[in-house]
Amino acid sequence: MRRTSRLSWLWLVLVGIFMLAPLLATLQLSLQAEMRSGVPISLKAYVDAVSNPRGIPTFDFIGHLSFSFFAALLTIVISTLLLVPTAYWTQLKLPFLIPVMEFLTLLPIVIPVVVLVFGLETVYRGQFLTNSTQGLYWLMIGANVVITFPYSYRPINTALQAINVKTLTEASQSLGAGWANTLFAVIFPNIWVGVLNGAFITFAIVMGEFTISSILGLPTFSVLMYSSSTNQVYQPAALTIISFGITWASIALLQFVGRRSAVADLAGAR
Amino acid sequence: MARAATIERITSEPVLAQLVRARPRWLTWNWLGVLPFFIFLAFFQLGPALNIAVGALTDDRGHITLDNMQKIIGDEKLQVQRNSYLNTLEISVITTAAGGVLGFLLAWGITLGGLPRQIRLSVLSFCGVASNFAGLPLALAFIAAIGRTGTLTHALASVGISIYPAFSMSSFWGVCLAYTYFQIPLMVLVMVPPLDGLRSEWREAADNLGASRTQFWRLVMFPILLPSLLSALALLFANAFGAYATAFALVGAGAGESMVVSISVRAQFSNDSMTNPHLGYALAFGMILVIGLTVLIYTWSRQRAERWRRSIK
Repeated sequence: MRRTSRLSWLWLVLVGIFMLAPLLATLQLSLQAEMRSGVPISLKAYVDAVSNPRGIPTFDFIGHLSFSFFAALLTIVISTLLLVPTAYWTQLKLPFLIPVMEFLTLLPIVIPVVVLVFGLETVYRGQFLTNSTQGLYWLMIGANVVITFPYSYRPINTALQAINVKTLTEASQSLGAGWANTLFAVIFPNIWVGVLNGAFITFAIVMGEFTISSILGLPTFSVLMYSSSTNQVYQPAALTIISFGITWASIALLQFVGRRSAVADLAGAR
Repeated sequence: MARAATIERITSEPVLAQLVRARPRWLTWNWLGVLPFFIFLAFFQLGPALNIAVGALTDDRGHITLDNMQKIIGDEKLQVQRNSYLNTLEISVITTAAGGVLGFLLAWGITLGGLPRQIRLSVLSFCGVASNFAGLPLALAFIAAIGRTGTLTHALASVGISIYPAFSMSSFWGVCLAYTYFQIPLMVLVMVPPLDGLRSEWREAADNLGASRTQFWRLVMFPILLPSLLSALALLFANAFGAYATAFALVGAGAGESMVVSISVRAQFSNDSMTNPHLGYALAFGMILVIGLTVLIYTWSRQRAERWRRSIK
């Protein structure tokens, strides 16, 4: 058993080094902004990245960050409103849809993001969704909901399966509640941990989402990072660390909230 | 007399109510609950996907043809696109193998390998974050580390090892390196549950029957783990094949067009007046086919693993 343990430590250290090296290197680079002036560690890159001293709109940190933030919130709201009733009804009344839903959660993997955007572009060419900035925004939100659907559906579904949906519904209806009341006042409070789980994953994915927004030309946080990387040296590193911080915070909150679940299936944008 | 009766029947009950009564048996009001979602999906996923399939399999006059797909394989002018498929396949295979092996070793270490519980929790947490870190930030992090002016590049150069120009982050191997970074956490997250499901009693039983370590792994562990391994590797492959952001950030649109299929598809976007608009459709549809096949393998393997797991409970 001891020999086994030593090998395990070896793999841990080796893989750990590989995984931590890029992060540490980025951190180091982000702190080197004033190296040539003799200051070894400085937060100038972070300050510059966040405050955008020259006022260039492409590097508008607050603007891009809030754009992504609100896009994420909108995605979460629409996603939840669509998924919770669907998952609930499937569990309760339409159990033959369960395998259908399982299949649908695989679609966003089978249809890569680029292909999805390509399809959306060609289907809605010349219509509202593609020929105005406002329309493109909604196209992006729609695409966001689609790509986060598997990751937000799973926790909601798991949460629904954990509670006795049938009994709760019957009890609520026997006390005179209508569907809306049952859904919002009885079911939802019982599954809100699952919903929150899905919300955090969706948040992390949308905050880091690059493909859709770069192709459609929308000013998200990742587009800011990309523009920064083509022009600057230290600010992109600072932005990367900030982005890592946001992702880490989302996942940390998720794991704090969903402490009971064993291993959350997580994978984000590529 | 009969005519009066018919008129009375038709007008006595509202038309809408009659239609509702005449509907097929399975169309109950329950469908209303799931309708919004399915309509949304139809508009934002199924519609586009169908459009791509149709566009790829028909010609300009609307007849069904395999011509568009065949052109990718045969036409000399489409060498770039053909290369993108071959290169992406190579990248996917390499990074699936690398990520699979390293991820498996780490997953094994924190389950059967006996690493402390605290380490296991930290590794799983980190993997959750790391697999979400993929895409643009990851590419930037690698450039910051071993890009041309990266900190590790400098550190190595200061002790005399210069990796440039032999190696470049904006190359095939740079992309492979970056992809492996997000394949490893995915492998860990997917393999930990099946590894947790292995029982120590089997090792004892094997020992009892006189099996050596090699025999135990070859005849007991490996066959049991095979479906889970296969599904994990399929997932990794699909993941790598469909990736876009990481490669785009590292290689750019120009060189990327012959290296990664997703960038090749993206390149078809700006071509509003291209000679063959069906090329974009064909490339996109090809991606769906490849990944679809991989996901079929993934699903089949997973079902085998699930069925086996249930049968031993």
